[in-house]
Amino acid sequence: MPDLTNHPAARDVRSDYMDMTRKKRAYNAIMLAIFVALMAAGFVTADDRNAGGFWDGLHQLFDFPAEVLGEASGKLAEMPAHFGKFLPSLIETINIAGASTLLGAIIAIFLSLLAANGLARWPRLIPVFRRMMDIMRAIPEIVIALVLIFVLGGGPVPAMIAIAFHTSGALGKLFSEVNENASLKPVEGLQSVGASWAQRMVLGVMPLVSPNYLSYALLRFEINIRASAILGFVGAGGIGYDLKNAMSWGQGQYDEAAAIFLLLFGAIILVDQISSILRHRLTHGAHMEATL
Amino acid sequence: MTMTANAELKGQADALFQRKRLTAFGLPVLILAYLSYIFFAFDMPGLNERADLENGKTLIRDSYSYKTHVTRDNRSGDVTIAVEGERKGAYAPSAAPDWVSLGNDTVIDLGDGHVVTFGETTVSYDIPGYGLITAEPGRRGVQAVLPEGDVPDWINASKNRLAITTDAGRLTITRNRSEVFRYSLGWELFFFTLESPYHGMGAGELLSRAVNGEAGAIVSDVWNNKMWRHADVAWALFETILMAFLGTFGAALVALPLAFLAARNFAPLMAIRFAARRLFDFFRGVDALIWTIVLARAFGPGPLTGALAILITDTGSFGKMFSEALENVDGKQIEGIQSTGAKPLQRYRFGVIPQITPVLLSQVLYFLESNTRSATIIGAITGGGIGLLLTQAIITQKDWEEVSYYIVLIILMVMLMDWFSGLLRRKLIKG
Repeated sequence: MPDLTNHPAARDVRSDYMDMTRKKRAYNAIMLAIFVALMAAGFVTADDRNAGGFWDGLHQLFDFPAEVLGEASGKLAEMPAHFGKFLPSLIETINIAGASTLLGAIIAIFLSLLAANGLARWPRLIPVFRRMMDIMRAIPEIVIALVLIFVLGGGPVPAMIAIAFHTSGALGKLFSEVNENASLKPVEGLQSVGASWAQRMVLGVMPLVSPNYLSYALLRFEINIRASAILGFVGAGGIGYDLKNAMSWGQGQYDEAAAIFLLLFGAIILVDQISSILRHRLTHGAHMEATL
Repeated sequence: MTMTANAELKGQADALFQRKRLTAFGLPVLILAYLSYIFFAFDMPGLNERADLENGKTLIRDSYSYKTHVTRDNRSGDVTIAVEGERKGAYAPSAAPDWVSLGNDTVIDLGDGHVVTFGETTVSYDIPGYGLITAEPGRRGVQAVLPEGDVPDWINASKNRLAITTDAGRLTITRNRSEVFRYSLGWELFFFTLESPYHGMGAGELLSRAVNGEAGAIVSDVWNNKMWRHADVAWALFETILMAFLGTFGAALVALPLAFLAARNFAPLMAIRFAARRLFDFFRGVDALIWTIVLARAFGPGPLTGALAILITDTGSFGKMFSEALENVDGKQIEGIQSTGAKPLQRYRFGVIPQITPVLLSQVLYFLESNTRSATIIGAITGGGIGLLLTQAIITQKDWEEVSYYIVLIILMVMLMDWFSGLLRRKLIKG
């Protein structure tokens, strides 16, 4: 049997292959070097532009949490009262997230149906609705919230509108991807018996896509709770607003801030857990319940 | 099939339909009930009182137009002209836009036949279709003389103040000051301020001057425009993107080793796995808002604080996602590498990393876009980047043209990052 590895053609292939591997490694190394340099330069720049330096601040990192915890543990008896006091604000924050997710999802359903290939009411307008969703998605909630606070005054309504606006864009994109993967057969069947566009969508598409819709909407709800807490901090009501006030009391008064931290943390964890169980059931079917 | 089986089947079908019908009607009713609860919980009926539509009107008008103030000090007789009444936009003492003629009498042409004249002691406003209004502001108040007839509601006259608002502009006279606003379309002095020699030049002339060696001066005048602060805005945008970049990739670097500890097939010890997962939950659950507050106490406001807040929150998210990706790794490839006698580190490098890189990279790049938005929001709280500029502009409650400019920039920035991360995703994962 002739030794193929020493054949001239095989040697060529091998050296070519090694050449390519070397080249690829070199490119990867260069990319990695650029990435590391960018990270380092970025860190130094950010450090320069920050009010306090990273290395100066590092050892103070735990001062504030320690102070808050220390004060809270000193006034442990007052904690239940604080929880009771801030519970309505927490409910408002959750309501802002809930209402805006609901409104956003309803708008997103319409937008996504209008922007999905094969389902759109006006196929020529698909790019228009897609760009519309892109723009709605690109606007951070805080932008709309701040402008609306100026016009409508503080409170939960500006936050709700702002989050709903962003949510419709974000969910619209996800929903339209779901729509495009849905089978068109029920829609065609309904069309053949003379169903209108709205009937085709409600009876043909909705039953197929609603579990996926619900799963995405739940995920969005988790995100929106965080968003509504942040918007509260800039004046849009809810627990974020209370947190801002509690922070401004300053030293010696951090027990309220600690109570709010705990409430918010607990609410986020709770909602995350419930939603992740529900989403698991939605994506893997209810029959998995028994095996879980 | 027997009759009883048929009847049973029919009964089941009926029950199913009953249930479907109940959800079909029940769900909308439930949604409606929740929304009406929200309607009252958020006090929407009271919104009418809280809302200030006048604010909304100024906001919208300001975002596409600007006003030039022509002000006379009634005691000294000095006339100053300034865009938006700001010192940064003031005309030089002897200079004026072409609709104002300076002299003994200052004649201000508001267009459409509306003419305001600042005389020696009197101020007059000639309104077509209504008549001539004259006023003599002085120590005894504003003595206004209006044409015969009822005073229309766009004129507000009292002893010490006269305010006339027309479509062409606005005239306000008090004892000490007479002031005219003229509205013009567009964003004022966007490229050159009045100090710049290039103000008011056409594009053709600018181009010819640029070719003749003044390009540097022209660019520097635009870049250092005091009214719009293009240099600062560019820095702020860069800072926001920097926060997103450092936060996202920093989180990925921290989360990757931790994810191995939380993956079932890599961490044999239950306790370590449990600890790592709870750590991720904690990082995510505390939320960017609280991290921002805590970090701002230690590091002060700025982009580094924002970047670290994103980094910590996303370490939690990435850790969870990465460990799930690691648990789905195909064992055959690792065994294959092992069969060649590879050491553990080499097994990870050649057996695991190539499998998970595309998944991780695409998740990280998805986050890069959404973190650009988060960085804007966090910047507004912690004082860095375009978010800070936006809140500052909103707080002044008058620079709405700047607010709309920043909003447009933010949208463009996020869309650019979206496009860029999509591009990287396609390039890196395919190649």
